[in-house]
Amino acid sequence: MASKPRTLYEKIWDAHVVERHDDGTCLVYIDRHLVHEVTSPQAFEALRLAGRKVRRPDLTLAVPDHNLPTTARTDEAGRRLPIEDQQSAAQLAALERNAPSFGIHYIDAVAPEQGIVHVVGPEQGFSLPGTTIVCGDSHTAAHGGIGALAFGIGTSEVEHVLATQTLLLRPSKTMEVRVEGALGPGVTPKDLILHIIGVIGTAGGTGHVIEYRGEVFERMSVEGRLTVCNMSIEGGARAGLIAPDDTIFAYLKGRPYSPTGEAWEKAIDWWRSLATDDGARFDKSVVIDASEIEPTVSWGTSPEDVVPIGGKVPAPESFADQAKKDAARKSLDYMGLEPGTPMESVPIENIFIGSCTNSRIEDLRAAAAVLKGRTKAENVRWAIAVPGSGLVKRQAEEEGLDRIFTDAGFEWREPGCSACLAMNPDKVPAGERCASTSNRNFVGRQGPGARTHLLSPAMAAAAAVTGHLTDVRKLMGT
Amino acid sequence: MKQVSTIHGRAIPLGLKNVDTDVIIPAHWLKTVSREGLGRGAFETIRQAPGNPFDVEDFANAPILIAGDNFGCGSSREHAAWAMLDMGLTAVIAPSFSDIFSGNAFKNGILAVELPQDQVDRLLEVAKDHAITIDLENQVVTTPFQDRFAFDIDPFRKHCLTNGLDEIGLTLERDAVIEEHETERAAGLPWLDASRKNRREHA
Repeated sequence: MASKPRTLYEKIWDAHVVERHDDGTCLVYIDRHLVHEVTSPQAFEALRLAGRKVRRPDLTLAVPDHNLPTTARTDEAGRRLPIEDQQSAAQLAALERNAPSFGIHYIDAVAPEQGIVHVVGPEQGFSLPGTTIVCGDSHTAAHGGIGALAFGIGTSEVEHVLATQTLLLRPSKTMEVRVEGALGPGVTPKDLILHIIGVIGTAGGTGHVIEYRGEVFERMSVEGRLTVCNMSIEGGARAGLIAPDDTIFAYLKGRPYSPTGEAWEKAIDWWRSLATDDGARFDKSVVIDASEIEPTVSWGTSPEDVVPIGGKVPAPESFADQAKKDAARKSLDYMGLEPGTPMESVPIENIFIGSCTNSRIEDLRAAAAVLKGRTKAENVRWAIAVPGSGLVKRQAEEEGLDRIFTDAGFEWREPGCSACLAMNPDKVPAGERCASTSNRNFVGRQGPGARTHLLSPAMAAAAAVTGHLTDVRKLMGT
Repeated sequence: MKQVSTIHGRAIPLGLKNVDTDVIIPAHWLKTVSREGLGRGAFETIRQAPGNPFDVEDFANAPILIAGDNFGCGSSREHAAWAMLDMGLTAVIAPSFSDIFSGNAFKNGILAVELPQDQVDRLLEVAKDHAITIDLENQVVTTPFQDRFAFDIDPFRKHCLTNGLDEIGLTLERDAVIEEHETERAAGLPWLDASRKNRREHA
């Protein structure tokens, strides 16, 4: 008897159900758990108080990223420099203490592999296709780019996974985002995901896991897929997925945690079998025409507030529902923007290239390609490039990208989350704008009063050069 | 977890849509290793504006918050739930919640009640001057004016909340089935356990 056609999500889910309860709740096995300094201390403390141990320290990997300063971490003699902020230092010290005491592999702040958890996971081969991956961070969705069911959890769930290697979950609904056609020149995966969020809205994927489908994803690099899936959460979906294929297998082969030998061959066979079956049904389906997408930027304080770079700041009255009209009015007030203003005339004082969305080698290459032989505009006060990991940083330096950034007037920093959420000293001053390759333009996200415009690395580089939001295609000589 | 039954009291009529967890508790408050004391930073940016609902004396120590669509979107920070608890909130009513926030709320004994927008609008109106009641046992929100709004809740969550059950304790009792799954997994998908070994081979 032929079994019912299943989606990629359903296949991964089914393979991980430990036990199904009568009410539909399932105990689900977690293959990989990433831990960072901000959302873990209370979980370790609770374990300690209850006298519980970590069930599978071998399936857990810890690395600090959120509040580490991105300035030099060692002095000239290689000695570690202290973190000035006492609370950040205490949080880092807690992770440094907790990880080894519970037997967890810890990549420390000055290790060459240190970086943002969502860059480190795939880079180390710790994140693998077909696995369930969790982390106390909503951008865990990124790992869906390599074909893993990956989602963010709260600290109580971090504690639950540490203690039991499982989570109590209900199955999600499935949503297909089918992208037809190809992206035009200068249009990147970041523009694509910003456009998708603009179409579905920030609650469009709530209760669903998104599978991104279409040739555009088959042709997309691993970095691009991670960028797209990363921002699934901005579309309301806890996880996003792209079917794993040869591009992913080639990327993972030989990485420190990747399987080897016979296990590798066996793994590939299984990974190939995970693709959504013909005839499988999705609960919801959205179709996007890739050829319509332009480089995209945000104008407001919600990631759904996006327009093509050739567009204008919208008028609040142009929205259909009252709540959105009110929200748009508040957003424009916070952003200091007038309706009808062409996006390309918006001046920019700060540039942030980094975050778990856009800090991988391909992102840095795309920005550097625009910056090469150019310098930042005079009104751009602060421009930083923050590689996603020490390995990305080293690779970029081998390619000479660091010099392109510094020659253009950028600061070249150490890896971490940085100005994406401004927990460390990297903040955008109140009232100033930042062209940012990160994922959230929320009120106060990059610092109190900071005004964020989300865009791609190439677009951030273009804004740095001209001093205002700019269609990067004008600088590409096409 | 403490038991939850009926929540009665004033409700802060916030009404805002897309209240993200950066708004509930800004990132600079997350540099703590404790769950306590976050109430001081709760809704910081909203509370800075004069005339905001949190400043109204009648709503001091109100146990309920009423908000718009997509409450708790954004970051997974459980600090959002801790901050709300610390300021005395034990229930939120909204037309919809983000998936991660609703889980975090539940795990901290905060009741997240989903009601249609028109009923939320009615409660926003009533809440200005009157207390409201959330009855978890009967799954209904009532006002002093005969309003009776029934709500759905996941049966497992209701069971845990009404009995004050510790989810981790419950799962630890399932150790045998977890072990069985691990054995099957090691046989069928052996590379999933091989991470350490491979690391050593590469080192």
